[in-house]
Parts: sequence; structure tokens; C-alpha cells
Amino acid sequence: MPYSMTPLAVTAYTATSAMGSGLAAQLDALEHARSGLRPNDFSSAPLTCWIGRVDGVEDVTLPGALADWDCRNNRLAWLGLARDGFLERVREARARYGAGRVALLLGTSTASIGATEEAYRRLDADGGFADDMLRPAIHAPHSLAAFVAAALALEGPCLTVSTACSSSAKVFASAERMLRLGLVDAAVVGGVDTLCDSVLFGFNALELVSPEPCRPFDAARCGISIGEAAGFALLERVEAAPAAPRLLGYGESSDAHHMSTPHPEGLGAELALRDALTRAGLDAARVDYINLHGTASRKNDEVEAALVARAFPAGTRASSTKGFTGHTLGAAGILEATIALQAIEHGLVPGTLGGDTPDPVCGAQFAWRNEQRRVDVALSNSFGFGGNNACLAFARAGFAA
Amino acid sequence: MSALRVHVEGVGLWSPALADFAALRALLAGTTPAPPPARPPAATLPPNERRRAPESVLLAVEAAGQAVTMSGRDATTLACVFASAHGDQAITDYMCATLAQAPAELSPTRFHNSVHNAAVGYWTIASGCHAPSTAVCAQRASFGAGLLEAAAQALAEQRPVLLACSDIAGSGPLAEITGCRQSFGCALVLAPQAGAATLARLELGLQPGAATDTPLPEPLAGWRDGNPSAASLPLLAMLAGRGGRCTLAAATGLGLQLDMEPVA
Repeated sequence: MPYSMTPLAVTAYTATSAMGSGLAAQLDALEHARSGLRPNDFSSAPLTCWIGRVDGVEDVTLPGALADWDCRNNRLAWLGLARDGFLERVREARARYGAGRVALLLGTSTASIGATEEAYRRLDADGGFADDMLRPAIHAPHSLAAFVAAALALEGPCLTVSTACSSSAKVFASAERMLRLGLVDAAVVGGVDTLCDSVLFGFNALELVSPEPCRPFDAARCGISIGEAAGFALLERVEAAPAAPRLLGYGESSDAHHMSTPHPEGLGAELALRDALTRAGLDAARVDYINLHGTASRKNDEVEAALVARAFPAGTRASSTKGFTGHTLGAAGILEATIALQAIEHGLVPGTLGGDTPDPVCGAQFAWRNEQRRVDVALSNSFGFGGNNACLAFARAGFAA
Repeated sequence: MSALRVHVEGVGLWSPALADFAALRALLAGTTPAPPPARPPAATLPPNERRRAPESVLLAVEAAGQAVTMSGRDATTLACVFASAHGDQAITDYMCATLAQAPAELSPTRFHNSVHNAAVGYWTIASGCHAPSTAVCAQRASFGAGLLEAAAQALAEQRPVLLACSDIAGSGPLAEITGCRQSFGCALVLAPQAGAATLARLELGLQPGAATDTPLPEPLAGWRDGNPSAASLPLLAMLAGRGGRCTLAAATGLGLQLDMEPVA
């Protein structure tokens, strides 16, 4: 049994995705049910699909001292860090606690593999990387976290979690453990993944990419749309910010079933959910909103809908927001955590964009259209390849389970 | 900050020169152990998976399997932290080369094996493990950062944790960039409490500032230069010997001071 957890304060958070850059743009897209998906204009060779591309990443210039880190993924990270006063909040935390007392824990699935792909597309005459690509640090999966550590001047524990599509949910768990043990006083968590050929052609090879905008939980859904996103949150002890929303719990589990297909009965997903509820001291009936993993793959949505139907009462609201952003892979955990936090802050349950003809397996819990209602407790589900599952639980300040 | 104290219950090791932890002990005692076969046996995997699994998975599973066997723990409930600085470099090389030439021909199997958590995914599937599992990295500090994550999980959750850290040799144009010259994998089973299987007590403390490499005799120093996962060798050498103190990198500008005391 997991230990019940002392809640943590989420003292700052921000997100950038195809919905827009920063929380105001994200809320506006959600409120107006406006999808950020567009026909694929990214891959190096044609591929018929829709993507969740972030505008303006190409125009980002990293500060001179960080120029060696330049690549699409780190540009998106820099773009994302600069929103919602996040840099300033981290600067304050660094001043308050010391640079060595703030952990940096980031999730990513492919980090800056796009830069390695580019290096292979233009190898020099003797078959090696071109001179401008001879930057070993960006050709490693730790590229993102190492770049952000340099950008934020943090000197505490620094770790990349790369468990495919659960990556940037699991960083909340690592952060909570480090805070609980007194290793640090604050943690910057989050994640970034950018569009690249590896994921576009990789998911295409697995026949999981939809030729049309993805339709989560729709009876006629035919696969995912891939997106990109950056998101960050600052976690501190509740005493430091009693009015901030809370991380109430988290759950982690393994399916032990298959590398690229979920467990048919959702065994791992349910273990992660129960772990999160136990840790948060919550009964399922106290959950107001669940941001589902809801990728629009045939199998994920079927298994996840069945889990919602058996684990929650009809009054709990559930939706997938992949129709707004596409599946942002390793960034999905943090992106959807920020949507869950906005649901609490603004009383907005986002609808399941693209779910026009509900799959009959979906229960009464599903929000197909936006709903305005008070949300005290919100969960976020994230499931990844390798059967890697995570569930996060958030609540408004002052909520007592 | 007070030190984190965990208990080592099992050790696994595989490299082109060393088939297991006993081979490292023999080497440090002055003998030359017989080199293992080229392919790690990875007996935890079912035979068909073992035939198809990429080298990175075989290496991590072999080291993990050795450590768990030594500990006597039940793998089905053991939380797992698998670290690797570069993941499967052979698959990265294949994917980038294929994407540069014929992207539509990308192999679906190689793609799903390219995720950083492929090794821990195969491990949990083969061992029927539903416990939390994670895959992490931190460049040259991957072992130290993975050890900190595993120890934190063992103590915060009061449960035993399997830590594996492995990197295969680089392939193609990427090899020059990563500088990985040969494969190296190791694993530890860490428990929060002392028990019958305890081999050593290990105390971990964070030390501000970049860690300087603990001196190592050859050939260990050369192995460490040629593989980021072999940054674990000072710790493994302490385990093989009479304990002691060393400092490993936990991040670029953060050291992890380790004090080890063997338990007879």
C-alpha cells in the first residue's frame, strides 16, 4: 500500500502547445472549443496526417550563453519557460532556497532526436556529423533537462524521466519523494517533446496515425494525431504558499503486458488510479474531473473508457483534450496536468473535441461538450509504451479529503 | 541534510570482459576472469523474446536478473529504475539513417523498441511486475542520478527497488558523438531495511559542486572513459572490496558522496 501523502503546493505552472503559448491562450482555446490541429506541414517527407504544431518555434533565438543548446526541442522549452511569469517564480525559489535546493525533473520521450535526425540528413563528405552538429549534449536524451538546468541556473538534483507518454507525469512523483525526504525544498517539474520524423513515421509504421484530426472516444476513431508541447510547474511545501492549488497524490504502475498495446482489462491503469486515490486519501466519488489519456487509438480509448465506467460514479466528469493539442507524447503528462489545474481554477470541464459519435463503451461520466461547474479535485491519466502508467491528483487550495 | 541510508542486497554486472560481479571481484583480486560470450544470456526473458530483443534490452535484463537472483527478492513486486545515458544507440543510428533515406520504410518494431523505457518495459513484461517502473538518464551522471532516484524511492516508499544502469556501444556516425566504445551494464537491489540478504550498507549524501572522478586502476578507468554507465565502477569496486568512500556525479554540478560498509 502506498503511504498517504502530504499535499504539495503547485506555486506556478505554464503550458505551450498547439492551443497557444501560455495559460491565457490555452484557456481561450478550451473555452471556445478551438482545436490547434492542422494538416501535416512538418515532416521531411510527405505524410498524410494532422499535427499539433506550435507556432513560432522556428523564430525563437536562445540567449548567446545557451547557443550551443540550439535545437527545436530546446527552443520550444525556452518559449514555454518564458510564459506566465514562470522564470521569475523559479528565480524567487532559487533565491529563497538556494540553487542546490531546487530539483529539476523533466519528462521527454524523444528530447532533441530531431537534431540527430537532421545531422544524419546532412552528414559531411566522410560520413561524420557536420561541424555545426558536433554538439554531443544535444544528441543525448538528457538534452532537455541539461539545457533547462543551464537556463534556470539550478544546481540541485537533475533527472530526465523518459517512459514514453507517461514521462512528464512521473516527474511529479519523483519530486514529491525528494521533497518528502528533505533532499530539496522545491522542484521544477515538467516536460517538452517536439515534432520530429521519428515519431511521425514511427507511429505511422505502427498504423496508429489518423489521416484526419484525431477523434478521442468516437465510435469511428482511427488513430492519433501527434503534437508537441512544453509545460512546467513549480512544486513547494504547502506552508510556502497556502493559497496555491495542490498536488494531492500520484500513482504509478506497470502493465507487464505488451510493449505497444495496453493491458486489455486496463490492469495497470487501474493500479495507477487506485495508487493515486489512496495516496490522496480520496474516494473515487470525490473526483470532479478526469483528464483522460484518450489518445484516440482504438485500444487505449476502449480500455480507458471501461475503467472510467467501472471506477467512477456518473457525476464525475471525464474528457480527453487530445483533440485540441494532438498527443504530445512525453509532454502530455504536464500539458494535461495544467489543463486539470485550469479546470479547478476556472470551473471549466473541457469537452472531448472530436468525439462526435460517442463510442457506446463510454459511460455517463463523459463530457462531450464544455461544462461550467465547480471542480475541487481533478485527475490526469498518462499511459505510455512499455505499459507504463501514471495518474496525478490535484485539488484546490484548502480542499480536505 | 542527513544522509540517505539503504541496504544493498544484490549486484549484477555485464561487460565484454566481465560476466558478473564475481568476475569483477576476481579481476580486482589479480586474476583474469574468462570473458563471457558476446551476447548477454538475459535468462529472465522468454526464449522468443530473447532471440528478438535488441542488445540494449539483453544487457539491462542480464544485469538486472543477476542482481535480483542474488537478492532473493520476488521480481513481480520490485519497483524498477532503469538508467541509460544514451538508450539504444544501434536503434537510434538505424532510425536516423532510415529517416534520412526512406522514412516510410521505418520498422514498427524498431520504433517501439526505440523508447528509452524499452528495457524496463521488457523486464516488467518478462517478470510479471506491476510495480512502478521508470527509465531515466542524466548524461555522464546517469548512474549517480539513477542511484539517487532509486534510493529516494526505496526510502520514501519503504520498498525494495531494482536499479539497473547500462549503455551499449555506439553505432554509425552517432558513435563518434557519444564516445561509447563498449557496452557496460550493472544493477543493484536496494532495500530500506537491513535483512538476511544485506551485503552492504550504503549512505548517500548530496555534495554541492561538480564531482571529480574517483581514481580507478586499469582496466577499470578505461572502461569508465568508454561508457557512461561504467561511472558506477568506483561503487562496484567498493562493494567487491572492503567498502569505503567515493563521490559520483549526480548531476553536472552536484556530487553524490557514497559511504559503504560491508555486512559480513
